Amino acid sequence: MAKIEVRNLSKIFGKRPKPALEMLREKRSKDEILKETGLTVGVNRATFDVEEGEVFVIMGLSGSGKSTLVRLLNRLIDPTDGQIQLDGDDLAKMDKQALNEVRRKKMSMVFQKFGLFPFRTILQNVEYGLEIQGMEKAERKKKATESLALVGLKGYEDQYPDQLSGGMQQRVGLARALANDPDILLMDEAFSALDPLIRKDMQDELLDLQVTMQKTIVFITHDLDEALRIGDRIMIMKDGAIVQIGTPEDILMNPADEYVRRFVEDVDRSKVYTAENIMIRPETINGEKDGARVALKRMRDANISSIYVVNRSRQLQGIVHAADIAEAVKNDERDIRPYIQTDVPTCEKTMPMHDLFDLTSTSSVPIAVVGENNKLEGIVIRSQILAALSGKEVNIVE
Amino acid sequence: MSEAWEAIYNWFDAILDFLPELPVGTWIEDFVDWLRGAEFAGLIFGGIRGAVGWTTELFDGFFSLIPPVLFILILTVLSYLLVRKSGKYGLPILVFFGLLFIESIGYWDDLILTLSLVITATLISVIIGIPVGIWMAQSDLVRNIVTPILDFMQTMPAFVYLIPAVAFFSIGIVPGVIASVIFAMPPTVRFTNLGIRQVPSEIIEASDAFGSTSKQKLFKVQLPMAKVTMMAGVNQTIMLALSMVVIAAMIGTDGIGRQVYYAVGRNDMAMGFEAGISLVILAIILDRLTQALNPASRKA
Repeated sequence: MAKIEVRNLSKIFGKRPKPALEMLREKRSKDEILKETGLTVGVNRATFDVEEGEVFVIMGLSGSGKSTLVRLLNRLIDPTDGQIQLDGDDLAKMDKQALNEVRRKKMSMVFQKFGLFPFRTILQNVEYGLEIQGMEKAERKKKATESLALVGLKGYEDQYPDQLSGGMQQRVGLARALANDPDILLMDEAFSALDPLIRKDMQDELLDLQVTMQKTIVFITHDLDEALRIGDRIMIMKDGAIVQIGTPEDILMNPADEYVRRFVEDVDRSKVYTAENIMIRPETINGEKDGARVALKRMRDANISSIYVVNRSRQLQGIVHAADIAEAVKNDERDIRPYIQTDVPTCEKTMPMHDLFDLTSTSSVPIAVVGENNKLEGIVIRSQILAALSGKEVNIVE
Repeated sequence: MSEAWEAIYNWFDAILDFLPELPVGTWIEDFVDWLRGAEFAGLIFGGIRGAVGWTTELFDGFFSLIPPVLFILILTVLSYLLVRKSGKYGLPILVFFGLLFIESIGYWDDLILTLSLVITATLISVIIGIPVGIWMAQSDLVRNIVTPILDFMQTMPAFVYLIPAVAFFSIGIVPGVIASVIFAMPPTVRFTNLGIRQVPSEIIEASDAFGSTSKQKLFKVQLPMAKVTMMAGVNQTIMLALSMVVIAAMIGTDGIGRQVYYAVGRNDMAMGFEAGISLVILAIILDRLTQALNPASRKA
């Protein structure tokens, strides 16, 4: 069972929403409903699951209903219709007391403009969620201090929010959300107010934290780069409705419709970048000189399972696999050349990244980038392509 | 031309004959008479009279116990402590010389009484005004009902309040305080409402998202966030109460206002100026003191 199961969740803004709900069921558009009833559709029959421990990104432009949707999840906005199953309970039907219990124990939220309490110190801000649960002072101070240390803000306990930079303030927001030790983190455009460099740092830091925390994170953003960087799965919304749910690769390679395609195209680096931009320096082995033991050690050191073989003038000879070489070592053979497989995927430096998708998806080994005279220039690995797509730096070529 | 206009004028004028003359004044008078006669009202007004009179006399009695010089020194030191951080040392200097001046021209007792009246009126205004303001902030319906009442209270010429005040509380200190409360309370109510409504929605959401009850939200987030604005309202209330306490001299409320009122009646320039300048000094001190009490707000 998924951690959060959302079924037909809808939000209609305005009085007497019944007729609009009926129209939604008939699959009428947001514009039609506005024209006929004067009601605004916030979220249109959203159905999706969020798995335990994943980073689930909800992406859309402003007005797509993503911020409304995340507020429906913790009922900062009350849904008009539908269910939100959390650990088997329907959040949408909970009374105030039960809802507060969920908000205190199971989910916390991080806000775009931080939402810190300006009259409280950093420590008091982080303590807030614990304080309203009635936790004792010493204990909540201990927990809040730990939480602050986790986000790298040790020593700032007695400062006030306005004494901190934007990035640090959002760390406080994160620490405050983590202090309750919730299962679920709702992050509403949490990094959108930060400048690009800080934003990237925060994204990396969140991913680092996530490795140890393993929280279920629902992350709202309007930024595709951000979604690709941090999302395990991405849900794209338009006019309050879900357009597509998928992994970053799914979204990039098989856009569900024209809307997603345009979205993806706007930041489509795959047509701009070539193999040269994203290749990395390969570990290689010289087949004429190095023996099996050297080859095996090099693979082990670099933590790879195969290595490209070149000759003295760095011309590509083929690839050897760790399993084969290990066999050779066992048999006390020195020469690796008999084990070279020549059927390797290659491309030229000028091949667009777009075309590399197909190559990487069918090949289990890195793609060899070769220049004149079959000289090995570099290799392209799959994660490098994804990193480049999500806005990581690429090699600048004069 | 003019004859034609006269005909038109008369024609419109004739319409007025069909309109009844509304005896609004009589209605109000009847209502007040009824209220004065009713037994329950007598108990209520009697209770209010007692409580207000007692509070004012408590302050006045207490302040009178302190020798003027000691009183001045205490206030000077207190105001010095208030401004120590901001470095605005004008306030303790003003307090010291201003009060000394009032004492030297012989208005000390009047000053103490006026101060007691203002404190009592402000206290009552705050005790009633802040809960009303909070209620207004939490319900649009309440706001829509209370706002016109506040407008009425503030725009009605202050003198008019003296009439029912006398009717219910006869003359003296108590009706003066009551009239001051009616006149001075609106800013506290308005600013409390405004302060709470101005809290950024994200901060309210943050408080909700962590599972605060409405009481926790009010006391831990909304009121601390609204404090600066609310204090500005209380400051206004103090200033309005001070101005009303002077007007209340017309119905026999003692204090510096009485001296001003006498001076006007006798066309006594010297006395009018002395009393007037004492009031100005008191007003400035009260204003600066309450402002110094209000620390600069922290931004979100």
